[in-house]
Amino acid sequence: MKNPYIPYPVKLTKVEVATEDKSLRNFEMEFLNPDHAKEFKYLPGQFAELSIAGYGESPIGIASSPTEGDRLLFTVSKAGVVTTKLHNMEVDDVMGVRGPLGNWYPLESMEGKDIVIIAGGYAVTTLRSTMLWLMDPENRKKYGDITFIYGARTPGMLLYRDEMAEWAKRSDINCHITIDKEVPGWEGLVGFVPTITEQVAPKPDNAVSLICGPPVMIKFTQPVLDKLGWQGDQIIMSLENRMKCGIGICGRCNVGPYYVCKDGPVFTKAQLDELPKEY
Amino acid sequence: MSDKILSKTEIGSFLDKIKADYQIHAPVQKDLELVWAPIDQAEELVWEFSNTDLSPKSYFFPQTESLMHFKNNSQDPEGLIMKEESPLEKPRALLNIRPCDAKAFQVLDKVFCRDEKSLDVYWKDKRDKTLLIGLACNNPCPTCFCTSMNCGPHHEEGLDILLTDLGDRLLVHSVTDKGQALTANLSKAGQEDINEASRNKEQAEASITSQVKMDNINSRNVLELYEHPVWDQVHESCINCGTCTYFCPTCHCFDIQDETQGDFGRRVRNWDTCMSWLFTHHTSGHNPRGTKKDRVRQRFMHKFKYMPIKLEGAVGCVGCGRCTRKCPVNIDVREVVSSMNS
Repeated sequence: MKNPYIPYPVKLTKVEVATEDKSLRNFEMEFLNPDHAKEFKYLPGQFAELSIAGYGESPIGIASSPTEGDRLLFTVSKAGVVTTKLHNMEVDDVMGVRGPLGNWYPLESMEGKDIVIIAGGYAVTTLRSTMLWLMDPENRKKYGDITFIYGARTPGMLLYRDEMAEWAKRSDINCHITIDKEVPGWEGLVGFVPTITEQVAPKPDNAVSLICGPPVMIKFTQPVLDKLGWQGDQIIMSLENRMKCGIGICGRCNVGPYYVCKDGPVFTKAQLDELPKEY
Repeated sequence: MSDKILSKTEIGSFLDKIKADYQIHAPVQKDLELVWAPIDQAEELVWEFSNTDLSPKSYFFPQTESLMHFKNNSQDPEGLIMKEESPLEKPRALLNIRPCDAKAFQVLDKVFCRDEKSLDVYWKDKRDKTLLIGLACNNPCPTCFCTSMNCGPHHEEGLDILLTDLGDRLLVHSVTDKGQALTANLSKAGQEDINEASRNKEQAEASITSQVKMDNINSRNVLELYEHPVWDQVHESCINCGTCTYFCPTCHCFDIQDETQGDFGRRVRNWDTCMSWLFTHHTSGHNPRGTKKDRVRQRFMHKFKYMPIKLEGAVGCVGCGRCTRKCPVNIDVREVVSSMNS
């Protein structure tokens, strides 16, 4: 019997500050035992419990894509006990990863459709995973147009900025990167994500939209999509709640009858419309 | 499987047979309290009791349980790497467990051993190694409402053996093969004993006058029930103490924490309660169940609406009445469920 509570031991292979306010860092890690890398089969949208012995665990979305190989990437905000400890860790330090946990974006049912990705702030992590997965040559041909809208407060708060600059050069991706307010030296888009979404006006015909961002972004993006004719079952979101077990047992992350850790974190807006707003 | 009869004077030898493979635990009198404890002699057994204050859920889901341990030393090559705890050494038999408590474990099996992804090895190990010998209730308490919760005073589900007290002797009914093997050598029960046990059953069932209906709870959708006006009143007297959750045989929420002392570290799980504000508190400060009303509603919605939806109709309540007996502000689960159903 596999014990779902035991984390895989991993070693940090790269740690870098990800944003200008230093509140986020990128952590790359590899499994100490190569067999574990084979067991850890994941898809974009899933998360893992980052486990630091003596401190605890924190559920974090997987920012790497399985198409990139065995290395795992997590972008973590320094917030509580575990993530603060993590921010003080260095390359070669040993920690644990437990997962992959939760469901993933419905990549299979999205095949043949146009994809619209809308992200804000550091909620972009699992959507980075999705973008890389979609851009893999084997996968890219299965999908229609890909539109990527991403915003942050300032250029320095944009995650994965260099990678996104490369995506913007590709002819098969419509990339719209925006910042909230004008800043000297910034030549890209300026404006909140809902405003940019309104300008881009993605069409709902045979399309799916993945949205991750702070509640205020989602609140103001929703009416924009409604106006464009998007239906609840075309809008896919990812939830966060306090978690412990990560496997649908310990009882705290539920939204109605569904556990965010196991039945989620990915839900359609149509599903969420029928549930209490306990997230 | 044919029913057997066991004279109370011969219980000692029956216990000896069980003891060969199992460590026996049973409700025993300790000062003024009836508690679960290991037993050695038949004389320690109690035959006249309603039920233990605490349910025996801690045999499978201890209040504090070490999940894994580690060397708390980053310099050690094995340091900070989690090691599994060893499984339960000797199988256990829970003797004279009430049918409602056995039924509760069967409900919890659906939670702890849901599927390949949600397979709690700690729960399963102890469940697989535990024999349940139930004692039917001939005199249910006034707070019992098991017959409304897919259970009953002589309910067999979840048990290996059901004993019915007939005064100086017990009717022994084997429910599983494991139970059958242990009782094979007992003498066959006469028709009169079998009839007496079923009369006891009928009387016990008839004595449970509290009836709770769930038809409207089942037919309403989640949001209708969530927005029911009942929640504005139910939570008012609740003080969020969590007593109901600790005494409840089906409440199973837990927390996971790391503990270290010098070079030793372990990851433990502890009983938690959905009545606590911290239970759902995000690190950001946001709390999806930030008010007392949210938390009280969660507990009843979880048991009577969410669990049935997720667990093929299994209700998260067996009608044991402990929460009603223990609540310091007299919240009666039967009244709450009836209001939800109104």
